[in-house]
Amino acid sequence: MNDCWRTIRFNVNGESRSLNVPPMKRLLDVLREDLRLTGTKEGCGEGECGSCSVRMNGELVNSCLVPVLQAEGACVQTVEGLAINGELHPLQEAFLARGGAQCGICTPGMLMAATQLLAQNPHPSMAEIREGLAGNLCRCTGFIRIFDSVIAAAAKSTAVDEKQAPHAR
Amino acid sequence: MICLNPYGDLSFPKTMSTHAKTRIVGASVPRKEGVDKLLGRARYVDDIEREGMWHGATVRGTIPRGFIRSIGFGRNIDWTEFTIVTVADVPGKNQIQLIVADQPCLADGKVNHCDEAILLLAHPDKHKLREAVASVQIEYDPLPPIFSIEESERKDTIIWGADNLLKSFLLEKGDVETTWAHAAHIVEGEYRTGAQEHLYIENNGVIAEWNAATGVTVWGSLQCPFYVHKSLLSVFDLPEDKVRVIQTETGGAFGGKEDYPSILAAHAALLAMKSGHAVKMVYDRMEDLAATTKRHPSRIRHRTALDKNGKLLAMDVEVATDGGAYSTLSSTVLSRATLHSTGPYVCPNVRIRSASWATNTVPYGAFRGFGAPQAVFAIERHMDEIAAAIGIDPIELRRRNFLRDSDTTATEQVMREPVILDQLLDRALAESDYYARRARFTRENPSNPVKRGMGIAAFYHGSGFTGSGERYLDSLAGVDVTTDGKVRVLVSSTEFGQGTNTILTQIAAEAIGIPYEDVIMAPPDTGIVPNSGPTVASRTSTVVGRLIERAGLQLVSMLQELAGLGLHFSLEEFFAACDRYRAANGKIESLCRYEAPPGIFWDDQKYRGEAYPAFAWSIQVAQVAVDTVTYSAEVEEFWAVQEVGRVLNPVLAGGQIEGGIAQGIGYALYEKVLLQNGHMANNQMTNYIMPTAEDIPPIHVFFEEIPFRYGGYGAKGIGELPHDGPAPAILNAIRDATGVGFHAIPLLPEDLFAVLAAQDTITEPTIV
Amino acid sequence: MRGNPEAHGMVAPGTLSGVLQLISAEPGEWTPIAGGTELMVAHAAGSLGAQKLVSLWGIPDLRFVETRSHTIVVGAGATFRDLRAHAGIASQLPLLAKASSWIGSIANQSRATIGGNLVNGSPAADSSPALLVYDAEIELVSLRGSRCIPYSSFHTGYKRNAIAADELVSAVHLPLRFAHHRQYLRKVGTRRAMAISKVALAATALLDNGAIKEIRLAAASLAPFPTRLSQTEAALLGKTVTPDTIQSAREALLAEATPIDDIRSTGAYRKHVAANLLEEFLRQLSSEESQQ
Repeated sequence: MNDCWRTIRFNVNGESRSLNVPPMKRLLDVLREDLRLTGTKEGCGEGECGSCSVRMNGELVNSCLVPVLQAEGACVQTVEGLAINGELHPLQEAFLARGGAQCGICTPGMLMAATQLLAQNPHPSMAEIREGLAGNLCRCTGFIRIFDSVIAAAAKSTAVDEKQAPHAR
Repeated sequence: MICLNPYGDLSFPKTMSTHAKTRIVGASVPRKEGVDKLLGRARYVDDIEREGMWHGATVRGTIPRGFIRSIGFGRNIDWTEFTIVTVADVPGKNQIQLIVADQPCLADGKVNHCDEAILLLAHPDKHKLREAVASVQIEYDPLPPIFSIEESERKDTIIWGADNLLKSFLLEKGDVETTWAHAAHIVEGEYRTGAQEHLYIENNGVIAEWNAATGVTVWGSLQCPFYVHKSLLSVFDLPEDKVRVIQTETGGAFGGKEDYPSILAAHAALLAMKSGHAVKMVYDRMEDLAATTKRHPSRIRHRTALDKNGKLLAMDVEVATDGGAYSTLSSTVLSRATLHSTGPYVCPNVRIRSASWATNTVPYGAFRGFGAPQAVFAIERHMDEIAAAIGIDPIELRRRNFLRDSDTTATEQVMREPVILDQLLDRALAESDYYARRARFTRENPSNPVKRGMGIAAFYHGSGFTGSGERYLDSLAGVDVTTDGKVRVLVSSTEFGQGTNTILTQIAAEAIGIPYEDVIMAPPDTGIVPNSGPTVASRTSTVVGRLIERAGLQLVSMLQELAGLGLHFSLEEFFAACDRYRAANGKIESLCRYEAPPGIFWDDQKYRGEAYPAFAWSIQVAQVAVDTVTYSAEVEEFWAVQEVGRVLNPVLAGGQIEGGIAQGIGYALYEKVLLQNGHMANNQMTNYIMPTAEDIPPIHVFFEEIPFRYGGYGAKGIGELPHDGPAPAILNAIRDATGVGFHAIPLLPEDLFAVLAAQDTITEPTIV
Repeated sequence: MRGNPEAHGMVAPGTLSGVLQLISAEPGEWTPIAGGTELMVAHAAGSLGAQKLVSLWGIPDLRFVETRSHTIVVGAGATFRDLRAHAGIASQLPLLAKASSWIGSIANQSRATIGGNLVNGSPAADSSPALLVYDAEIELVSLRGSRCIPYSSFHTGYKRNAIAADELVSAVHLPLRFAHHRQYLRKVGTRRAMAISKVALAATALLDNGAIKEIRLAAASLAPFPTRLSQTEAALLGKTVTPDTIQSAREALLAEATPIDDIRSTGAYRKHVAANLLEEFLRQLSSEESQQ
């Protein structure tokens, strides 16, 4: 059904891209296969695990559930777009220092969710952090050090907010 | 260079490394491969493409037991485009080599479980491939299946061997039969645990290539490259140097990639051989959930005699596991379950009769804890039931029976290393403010629809392989030095999140005396590294770590003796000496072979002796809330105190404990494998429920260290320990909260409802 | 990924009238896809039957939240994130704000639309109980014009609804007359987040001198589609909250509810917990009332 293919133009990590693809190809597969941006992962294909999370037009989405046609004209950010000129993003630094990544497969999606969270809410409470990351499943860490990493990255921007006790509910 | 003198000074260094002050070991240096993971640059198998690569898929059976009558290929597909592999294409043995080679690589005229692999397809287009899988029509002549331990035990239907019995053990100490008559108390209980799925976020996957000249090469998400290597030798009837297995960055494993990858690798390699192309086979979540291994379900019965003071007189235990359709690792899981079934307690008379039974379900396999979570659930729940039955506080009951220095275990192993359970318990009770919380809940529960309770679990986890297992593995590991100035750790031990890369390079750097940054891992490639044994059984830091420690020290000694390296040296001098050595000898490497610690003797027949060279010890405490409106139980807070020998990297070690506890919480309250006719009906992440970031409570972790002199810098292994305790601690807390003892996990709200609603004893809050 | 992207055509007219023209010309041929959080799951599972899809994403006429004098009108294409961000919904329709926070995860909320939630018609749908107790109306639009029906008439059976072949759901109208009603919404799922409802209960009630003057009750997963609990409402109307009325309301609910056993839970559990939720609501009513 090649006549059904469409030209999709969108921006990925600051770069304009134009691709000829089937409209119902998942954004996840377009990123991984057509653009060779393999940082974004597939863990479930059902929108449950969040390892495919990317930011699209300033919102967090599960790219396994986005038909690429609906990304026409969008601004997409993936994990590859976090570090600038090889310098780790504060979240990446925090994850490295505090053990926020173990096997690393959930990490790109988790970083996207955390980036989204801090963009909306620079000093989230523990409850807000839990909610912000609830759509990203991590089987290795038990989330504790991911929370610590997010708090550390948030604190780095300005003074620490005392409601962020690392082990509070 | 291999260890020159295995019994000489090199094995027992001049300074007692386990107690020496260290710069790198014990520090939270950053994860070795952390930056790549954080940048999204780490390459997992599905991120990799090989030139001319095709995709492979598996056609699986849809009945639990029966003969394959016919295989038909739908007319809608142009089958000439596909490579089709059946059992007839297996060049060597149609067997996966594990302990008993009873599992076929591909079903040969018969299936013994749902989702068994029958044939394989390959095609360049993965979408056409899926259509083709759906177009294969298989007809069966069904046979009556069995699905439970009880059905298997009855032996009305024999589905495996002569009597369905995959394995059994009998362990006896003293004579339990002499105690029943005069015991002040006899308490019985039966405890059940369900299957559990690993749910690594990266599904199983491999890429295989075949080439007449070089043989089979496999890249994949796996824990044990040499296990896969061994199995492929047999399936392809190839010599050792014609099979090469390379681990790719692995997104979680937990035991689920210990044995299963041997099957997947064989499948992909068969397709590669027949198609003439590299073949990638990566499962999607539905297939991985339905078709791969899970934790063995168990049924454990205890009959316990105690004196009037609550001291254990006899423990009579029956351990039964469901092994699924083929034996895989059932015998070793049963072994560990047996050896952990009596808990960290002294008991003069013990009898353990264990059995693993075949059923027509997907074979069960390795999963973090490997029989210990099942066994610890039973004994630690049973201790609380005993406490309630005889009227002793559960904490006190445990104290009266704890193993202490010089006590003997059920296998007559003398505790020669210090056992500090009392101290761990004191700390756990203090950190959790256990008594004060319990008192508060006792006051508040009557007028609150949410009932709260506290529960504990006390347990150990034996480090490394049981008994003579490590001698049998005969691991070899070490270091070499590259021409561009890096020391490389040479091990087949793999990283899958637990920190292998980091701790082994820390150990090497420490032992040699160079910075952490100057040590890297050699690729986990059977063509490059020696066999340091499988990455399982919490053995990496203790057994392999020790080999690396020795090899590092040995390297320095070698350079000092033979290449003019001084007693104290700079980094430049070190590498200069390496260059000199390499120039004279062609290469520079230092390898060491496993040496059993002295005094380890194990009788495999009588199941007696030193079961493990070392034990890690733990007390865990759970605070649980049971909502009597919804019958949901939630863990509100959790504490874990453990003595682990040596904490090699505090951030990584803490992360392992927290992650293991999270999995244990899932095991207890959320994760259920729903089988319908032997097939996993809830094989989607939306229906197999693991806890999210909103469900995991605050977890407080505390370490004690009594260095084990034969472990890497004193380490005893921590990977599995934390998964052993949460389930009993949580159900003990639920008993505390509600007065009701539940004996089976997963304990879902529907199960709590069935008992609590019927009880009608929950006090209703009064209308204001 | 078991679906084949090339087996599905997809167009995006970009305007409401463009979509309506298409579905009018070829009724029943085109499957509308909004945020895709249901259809793309089916696609990945290899069970997406629809061969032709028309995208509703990014159509301004469908994605809005508008406060009018007596109603808030929510476009069918509004995402649950849009709903959560709207101050008017937060203050005047708190049950809808709460339900919106239950949808999947933050990532799902960015894409899942209220129209999609209703049209998918799962008996476990998160937004439905709140919409039912708020007397929501559904606006349906076609080239022939638009019409409004009570949401309570929208579902006609399990995954069947009142939409005509050439119609689209264009908006949900929510009357702003519940400010003085006591309100309750609780969901019981498999875990705290990312959970399909096992059962949920929504309630709005107006009390007059301690007697229940108006009551609306709606549940998830107690019937083949989201529905009001009319018999239970009848058992409570005009009554004051006493242990006896609580008991008879429980019994009415247990008699009225027809939940099933499925992969997530059992009928017995669902019924009994729903009755507990009802009791929890009634006790709250009673204790709030006595504090007046």
